[in-house]
Amino acid sequence: MSIATPTQTAAGSRIRYVALAGNPNSGKTTLFNALTGLRHRVGNYPGVTVERREGRLAGNDITVLDLPGTYSLNARSPDEEIARDALLGRHPPVPELVIVVVDASNLERNLYLVTQVMDLGLPVVLCLNMTDQAERVGLQIDIQTLERELGIPVIPTVASRGKGLDDLRMLLQGAPPSLPVRRWRLPEAMKAEVVELAHLLVEERLCAPESAFFTALALLSDATGLSVIQNHPRARAAVDRAWQRLEAADVDPQSAPVEARYEWIKGICDRATRQGEIPITWSDRVDRIATHKVWGFVLFFALMALIFQAIFTWAQAPMSWIETAQTWLGEQAGALLPQGDLRSLVVDGVIAGVGGVIVFLPQILCLFFFIGLLEDSGYMARAAFVMDRLMSKVGLHGKSFIPLLSSFACAIPGIMATRTIENRRDRMATILVAPLMSCSARLPIYTLLIAGFIPATRLWGGISLPAAVMVSLYLLGLTAALLMALLFKRTLFRGEAPLFLMELPPYKLPAMRTVLLQTWERGSHFLRRAGTIILAISILLWFAMKYPGSPSQSDAARLQQSVAGRAGRLLEPVIRPFGMDWKVGIGILGSFAAREVFVTTMAIVYNVEDGDEERQSVSVRQQMREEIDPATRKPRFTPAAAAALMVFYVLAMQCVSTMAVVRRETGSWKWPLFQWAYMFVLAWTGATAVFHLGRLLGLG
Amino acid sequence: MGECSLSKLAPGQSGRVRRIDGQGSARQRLQELGLIRGTLVRFVRAAPLGDPIEVRVRGYNLSLRRQEADAVIVEREKQG
Repeated sequence: MSIATPTQTAAGSRIRYVALAGNPNSGKTTLFNALTGLRHRVGNYPGVTVERREGRLAGNDITVLDLPGTYSLNARSPDEEIARDALLGRHPPVPELVIVVVDASNLERNLYLVTQVMDLGLPVVLCLNMTDQAERVGLQIDIQTLERELGIPVIPTVASRGKGLDDLRMLLQGAPPSLPVRRWRLPEAMKAEVVELAHLLVEERLCAPESAFFTALALLSDATGLSVIQNHPRARAAVDRAWQRLEAADVDPQSAPVEARYEWIKGICDRATRQGEIPITWSDRVDRIATHKVWGFVLFFALMALIFQAIFTWAQAPMSWIETAQTWLGEQAGALLPQGDLRSLVVDGVIAGVGGVIVFLPQILCLFFFIGLLEDSGYMARAAFVMDRLMSKVGLHGKSFIPLLSSFACAIPGIMATRTIENRRDRMATILVAPLMSCSARLPIYTLLIAGFIPATRLWGGISLPAAVMVSLYLLGLTAALLMALLFKRTLFRGEAPLFLMELPPYKLPAMRTVLLQTWERGSHFLRRAGTIILAISILLWFAMKYPGSPSQSDAARLQQSVAGRAGRLLEPVIRPFGMDWKVGIGILGSFAAREVFVTTMAIVYNVEDGDEERQSVSVRQQMREEIDPATRKPRFTPAAAAALMVFYVLAMQCVSTMAVVRRETGSWKWPLFQWAYMFVLAWTGATAVFHLGRLLGLG
Repeated sequence: MGECSLSKLAPGQSGRVRRIDGQGSARQRLQELGLIRGTLVRFVRAAPLGDPIEVRVRGYNLSLRRQEADAVIVEREKQG
């Protein structure tokens, strides 16, 4: 029977394309990095945002594909679907060999995936990784027995220390091993059904003969896979008939294959392993603290405070270097180019625009470095474990916490960090609300408005009013984010509650190489992908603020008659309900490039002489205070209006870089546009309400 | 003694899986992670706020929400 027991071998041919599969936490990525070094590139699978990581094996022409970690080929997330589809050859090229990376200290569950991969009709090699960890927990594994029982080559490794990699490389030099033979036993009744359906699938050309058994079994055991044969009534009917017969035979098609695989695995483990005394590992001891009722939270918040400290203070030095470099570059370009529009385009448009985004790179790298440490050490899963209850109250996952927290620094790394959330609905809800957290680019605007319009009096208890306002702005953003998350989970992303099945892997020392590589990868990805869009938008905005007009005019006059100036006037009726005029309209438009640009744009609008940022902020503040509303002959910027503008900036998504990243992470412009729109509505409503409330209270 | 859901075990207490109620992906994934009929599973601890819980099964630690653990019906093992 060619379907049930594949016999052909690929002997003689050379291996050129190898896929790495494995459970999460099996050390697969560490092995990938060790095998390929820096010779790899990261792309995307078509239509999804799952990363496709490929690399060259040192010293020859073998390409290695790092598949997303998965517990099973019955996929439950986009990542897992990619892993399955790549192995089934739906994302060509088809691998000529699959290396399944297995955590040796967690053999039984890891072997489950191995038994599935062995059904695919591809040569399989088992990489028994983290053998040092297995020894530490008192587990002895007899490699020869394991090899014989499984019927595939087994290579023991410790990828983090480079042990066993030469054996693996050697094996890849030769011809692929012969195809694995299925040795686990389905109940006869079910096996007959699977074989029959497999024949039908091949006959109908719905799948290749090599993977027909796997596909037939997946269809029978997992109703969610049926969409594949929706338009094939014959196959659909065959599945239904098979289910009826199985029910009559009292076979549960979902449980039977899982039980059969585990039964086989149990037998293998009994013969190939010996469990010595299980020592109490330091991992257990750490966990007693890390998940303790009190200390668990203390540790969690201490770590978060450390990360925040790093993002806000340690990243400051490199950020100011970038700013200095940017100023220097601007001066050099200014000296080289003649006075005029070209110089302004290069200096104010390109260099200032792109520099305004690159300046966030140190924060982004910093954050990803810490996230990498937390993930690789195993703490990230504990953080999710500790925080899940709180986050689930607004329908989010424990893993949503860190992206949201990161967004206080900048929404861009926050949104990129949502990749750790497997469930799409949870991830989307987190992405949609992340920009509501007050990022560091809003701070200059808050400072400007608070210093200008909030009297520096003290409330009862001696708390200064400006400080209280600042804190309430942050709280407003946070509250809005949580409420919107709840709303989105109840409306847009409703559905079956996502699974919170998460492994708590033993703690280990993070592999620096993996962490640094990952940090670098994400940082450079951000620069390349977001950078190009931001460059384009910076140039567009520059033109909008300069044309039509001529360089002979004053900057203020030119801005007023430019496209942006006219758009500011057009915007006036929209923002008048919360007390703003066209000048602020221009400021709001200009701050699309980056929020802190608001201060600079207002400086141009008010024709403030150039100076350093602080002086600029002070003079803009004065100008705003002296501004008289021609209709009422009273100051335009009352405390009520200033409060309204602050609320607007808390809630509005005035950031084109974030929109570019959301587009990248969600794969379409639909989501960033929706996000911009809902946040604008929220901001407009909030600002208008605050403005009128303030007037009622006599503040306007 | 007797049957109860996994979420009802006390910290440190073990049980043997009898069946998993419900259907669909949750049930399948629980089984694929090793919680099948006859598997020994130990309740390690609950998270600081009571939910989710951590269990030990087949030599590794798994966390799941109480709602998911409710579907896993176990036979309590004798202490000791």
